[in-house]
Amino acid sequence: MLTAFFFYFAFATVVSSIFTIGFRSPVYCTLALLSTFLHVAGLFVLLHAEFIAAIQIIVYVGAVLVLYLFILMLLDLKSNESFMHKQVWWAVFFGIVIIVEILIGLFKSPIMGKMPVPVSAEEAIGNTQAIGLALFNKYLLPFEVVGLILLGAVIGAMVLAKKVPLKQKAVSAKVE
Amino acid sequence: MIPLSYYIVVSTTMFVVGLVGILIRKNFLIILFSIELMLNAANINLVAFSHYSGKVDGQVMSIFIIAVAAAEAAIGLAIIIILFRGKATTNVDEMDLMKW
Repeated sequence: MLTAFFFYFAFATVVSSIFTIGFRSPVYCTLALLSTFLHVAGLFVLLHAEFIAAIQIIVYVGAVLVLYLFILMLLDLKSNESFMHKQVWWAVFFGIVIIVEILIGLFKSPIMGKMPVPVSAEEAIGNTQAIGLALFNKYLLPFEVVGLILLGAVIGAMVLAKKVPLKQKAVSAKVE
Repeated sequence: MIPLSYYIVVSTTMFVVGLVGILIRKNFLIILFSIELMLNAANINLVAFSHYSGKVDGQVMSIFIIAVAAAEAAIGLAIIIILFRGKATTNVDEMDLMKW
């Protein structure tokens, strides 16, 4: 049963991530990305990381993707003639080569025989309490730094998206 | 029980799909989507290793990655907005202002 769920989520993740880069219309790409994120959240649940799965759905699907869809709505993209570069087949070929290389490296590696088995998945692991204890004790400083990064991103986005005043625009046009 | 290597296979495939997406697409938005795919592939790896080693450190790291991805989305969308205001396109081939 668990294995069947795993294969469903893994297959759906890979297929919808391929759709994400394959569709022509950006709206369809966004919806395929949403499907990818939801199935990755399913993989997280299978890994007993329920908190991360919830965060994945709330932050990625609920915030980031809705932001992307809003921007798509604002931009009014016209469908341009060719949506892919000329090097598409080279890129696909080398992508497959990279996958095969990594998998050969993985399955030929000496650690492959002694892959660890999950350690007592039921207790504490994937638990919100355990994550909170680790986050606010061991990783307190990185947590604060991430808060600073988010603050910087908010301020940066506001500064970037602000309309340039007319006087400055004239000056920059003269420079150009 | 599902072996750890299966999760590595999934995340490798997803990462390379994101890499190929950055290389082949012309739309700036889809390039940002591909970056999100690559970050999420890293998340799968971190959470899988965290589950199989019995420590929560990997899950904490994936929370940090999600926060950084949200910051990156905000900044990337702001950049798209100002580029679109100037050129009325999201095609990366036409953004050659800083090309030497």
